[in-house]
Amino acid sequence: MSSRIIVSAEINGEPTEFLADERDSLLEALRDRLGLMGTKEGCNNGNCGACAVLLDGRLVNACLVMAAEVDGAQLTTVEGLAREDRLVPVQETFLERGALQCGICTPGFLVAAHALLQEHPRPTEEQVRYWLAGNLCRCTGYDKIITAVLDAADRTDVASG
Amino acid sequence: MQDLRYARASSVAEASRLLADGGPTARVLAGGTDVIVQARERTQKISLFVDIKHIPEAVGVGGAEGGGLTLGAAAPCCHIYDDASVRSSYPALVDATSLIGGTAIQGRASLGGNLCNSSPAADGVPPLIALGATAVIAGPGGERRVPVATFTTGPGQNVLEPGEFVVALEVPAPAPGSGVRFLRFIPRNEMDIAVVNVASALRLDGAEVAEARVVVGAAAPTALVVEEAAEALVGRPLSQESIASAAAAARAAVRPIDDMRGSIRQRRHLAGVLTERTLRDAARRARGEEVASHP
Repeated sequence: MSSRIIVSAEINGEPTEFLADERDSLLEALRDRLGLMGTKEGCNNGNCGACAVLLDGRLVNACLVMAAEVDGAQLTTVEGLAREDRLVPVQETFLERGALQCGICTPGFLVAAHALLQEHPRPTEEQVRYWLAGNLCRCTGYDKIITAVLDAADRTDVASG
Repeated sequence: MQDLRYARASSVAEASRLLADGGPTARVLAGGTDVIVQARERTQKISLFVDIKHIPEAVGVGGAEGGGLTLGAAAPCCHIYDDASVRSSYPALVDATSLIGGTAIQGRASLGGNLCNSSPAADGVPPLIALGATAVIAGPGGERRVPVATFTTGPGQNVLEPGEFVVALEVPAPAPGSGVRFLRFIPRNEMDIAVVNVASALRLDGAEVAEARVVVGAAAPTALVVEEAAEALVGRPLSQESIASAAAAARAAVRPIDDMRGSIRQRRHLAGVLTERTLRDAARRARGEEVASHP
């Protein structure tokens, strides 16, 4: 029989303790135990990327992580990208470019694109498309998303340079 | 999710004990990209996950004593393709780990998990076989080693006995003049399961092929080492003709199925095409040329 467990993790910079069922996925824990509804459930089997989060700095799908596994880990969800009302560049360019329609895939794209720009500040279009291959969008046809990410890379460059 | 428990092991002995106590429905949890889906969709009865990612030997990526490379069975793909020694000396592992799933899958999925899931289409398995890798297995009877080439016995089946698990994969140091290349065919550029995949290894002695190994995946119940392809290559200079003979041997050896991903005819054709392409690239790598994994 599964039981209730206490999980301690640093979530979006805040030390957090929460109660979870031993069989909860990280996605279920984020949404149902912690109220962090930004992380979306799409396919729930690792194909769509709507639940992408950063686990100890690595991009992962929260539906393919057990909540119990993150005890002692650092997590960043879409709620943790912006700082003090200041959006990260890729959030700004998604808004400016209208890189979303229904919005379900958007948090996953934002987290994945943010991770890409942290690792490759000046990606080529091909790198962007490969990196985001695990994020599915059924509305936009992707071009606006790719353009927004490339714009954000330009902006990051200017900001840091 | 089915009713299950989670336990974190911090040593090989602790994991063995947990697996033994858990019985036949206890499963190792590495990257979880297969087993968590199987648990959720109830395609497997799983009562206990034993997380092995806090066992140092199961997650390390680095040089082995006496040369070669040791890969923790649970090391995620991204740690493998980001490793400098893997990039310089084992580029075929970069070929494979950088095309398994998308970025978020590569942040979790491991080669040990890919091997133990034992899919005929596993992308990690042909390159490990071409590289001559060995699985280090821990269990109630102690430690044993099994070549990756004989580890998988059928779709979803392998040599692991109750209570055993794969701790690490040992890859011998590349011989001078050798090169290995892995390629996969899917109908799109990324995020799909292989229609056919092939890894080829060559060791050149001057112009002549001294050793060759061609491994075809997704075209038989397990990855297939095509001995006849090696025979067509060894002892003569690598040429258009010898490569074509090896490709013909691969086409003759495969025993593919028809399914939604591809027909028998297409898979047979692809086995030949990918054998030719991987041999050409393996030869380039053997000569010290750069061959990019993919864009």
